[in-house]
Amino acid sequence: MTMLLDLALVAWLLALAIHVARARDDQGAIIAFIAFGLLLGLGWTRLSAIDVAMTEAAIGGGVTGMLLLRAEARLRQRSSQPQTPKRTTKAAAAIACTVVAAGLALAVLSFPSPAPTLAPAAAAALDSTGLGNPVTAVLLAYRALDTLLEKVVLLLALLGVWSLAPDQLWGGAPELRQTVAPPPFVYLGRILPPFGVLIAVYMCWVGADAPGGTFQAGTVLAAMWLLIMLASLRPAPETRRTTLRLLLVGGPVLFFAVGFLGFAVADGFLSYPEGAAKPIIVGIEAALTVSIALTLGLLVAGPSSRAPAP
Amino acid sequence: MSLASLGTATLFGLCGAALAGIGLFIVIAHAGLLRRIVGFNILGAGIFLVFGAAARRGAAAGFSGDPVPQAMVITGIVVAFSATALAVALLQRLFDLTGRESLDAPAASDKQQAEP
Amino acid sequence: MTSLANAFTLVAVGCGALLFLAGTLGLLRFPDTLSRLHALSKADNLGLGLIVLGLLPQAESFAGGLKLVCVWLLAQISAATASQLIAGVLYRRKSRP
Repeated sequence: MTMLLDLALVAWLLALAIHVARARDDQGAIIAFIAFGLLLGLGWTRLSAIDVAMTEAAIGGGVTGMLLLRAEARLRQRSSQPQTPKRTTKAAAAIACTVVAAGLALAVLSFPSPAPTLAPAAAAALDSTGLGNPVTAVLLAYRALDTLLEKVVLLLALLGVWSLAPDQLWGGAPELRQTVAPPPFVYLGRILPPFGVLIAVYMCWVGADAPGGTFQAGTVLAAMWLLIMLASLRPAPETRRTTLRLLLVGGPVLFFAVGFLGFAVADGFLSYPEGAAKPIIVGIEAALTVSIALTLGLLVAGPSSRAPAP
Repeated sequence: MSLASLGTATLFGLCGAALAGIGLFIVIAHAGLLRRIVGFNILGAGIFLVFGAAARRGAAAGFSGDPVPQAMVITGIVVAFSATALAVALLQRLFDLTGRESLDAPAASDKQQAEP
Repeated sequence: MTSLANAFTLVAVGCGALLFLAGTLGLLRFPDTLSRLHALSKADNLGLGLIVLGLLPQAESFAGGLKLVCVWLLAQISAATASQLIAGVLYRRKSRP
């Protein structure tokens, strides 16, 4: 019976991906992609990866979809359709891609048995930190360096997006809505954020012991912030503001500081002192959640489109 | 081997392989850059699913899956999003500057307008 | 007692699933946007409501049940707003010559 559910999910995922490849208009393709992201979230729960499922549904389906839809709306006034590649090119591409997929499928079918696993090592990290959620333990203790570098990647991407603004607009605010927001949307923007903030705080807190954590909480916070900006209840902040920039780098800087502190009070970079690991990790998580929320929101908002106020 | 004897992990692993192929095809075969960005995301989702199948098979130490690949997939999803955002911003800048949304050479009529 | 709760869950979730099926059929078959929207909101509100109601006796704790109700409420709010926005766009398009 569950196999039937799995098969249906897989069939839908493949059908939606093929629709993205075949759809004539970009808008239809993007909407199919959003549905794809949400179904993929369900697929991750079938793989017993609840943390990944929440991240995929929030980022893969939600925020990425919004980013793409906004881009599509801006590009819609384009004059000419791009030329479609020749039939022979498409056929060659199809053959090459089938070979790649077949190779991957062969690799999946010939996975070694018993499967290699790092779960015991992660379990050891779990014991030393006092956390209950193994994924959080991996993200913030066992492989904390990956998470730290990923935060730097996020900031670099934001710098890249910001620097695409024309010179005279540097430091100004991005603009999310040119027209007046419809009243039902403004109403949603007024009543939903308190719930959303509550859910984000809960997710961040519960992430230590159960599925949830900084990424999921940060994405929910970012969504609430974007909702407020889209409903024109608050304008987007000017990107040159010092408080904004301090908050953006706050999470990673705290992470680095704790990392270097590890040399003094524990065994080395990013190692936590015995017994104090859990409070330190929860503290880092809180700061990271704010940084992630701001970074994600600003990544969606895009480069500044208004000159900074004098 | 019958379909029913495949485990959930293998099934989603195979799905991931197919998705990676479809995503790659979109990236190659579509000229529109926005569609290529969507294809890049599907390609990434497929690779993550293959990784997720490996994680599910690595269930040990009382966990229902190996948490190390799971954590890396979470990291990967966030990094893929930041790459998508940068790509979309680049595309919008390209569009604002040239009015085109693909990397094709401008058509002949455009060239004549550009060089009077 | 548990068998009674299980039977209730089965009936309510079954009805909810049926409503979703009917709503999806309507979404695919109805001729114009407004009636499609109507079918969709029926499925969203009543179908999801029945499923949540059916799952309540299965909740392990009071907090778990509360979360289920919150899911339903949040889905209600967003579905209602989305319907309003779609209908608003439609109305503006129609009133324009």
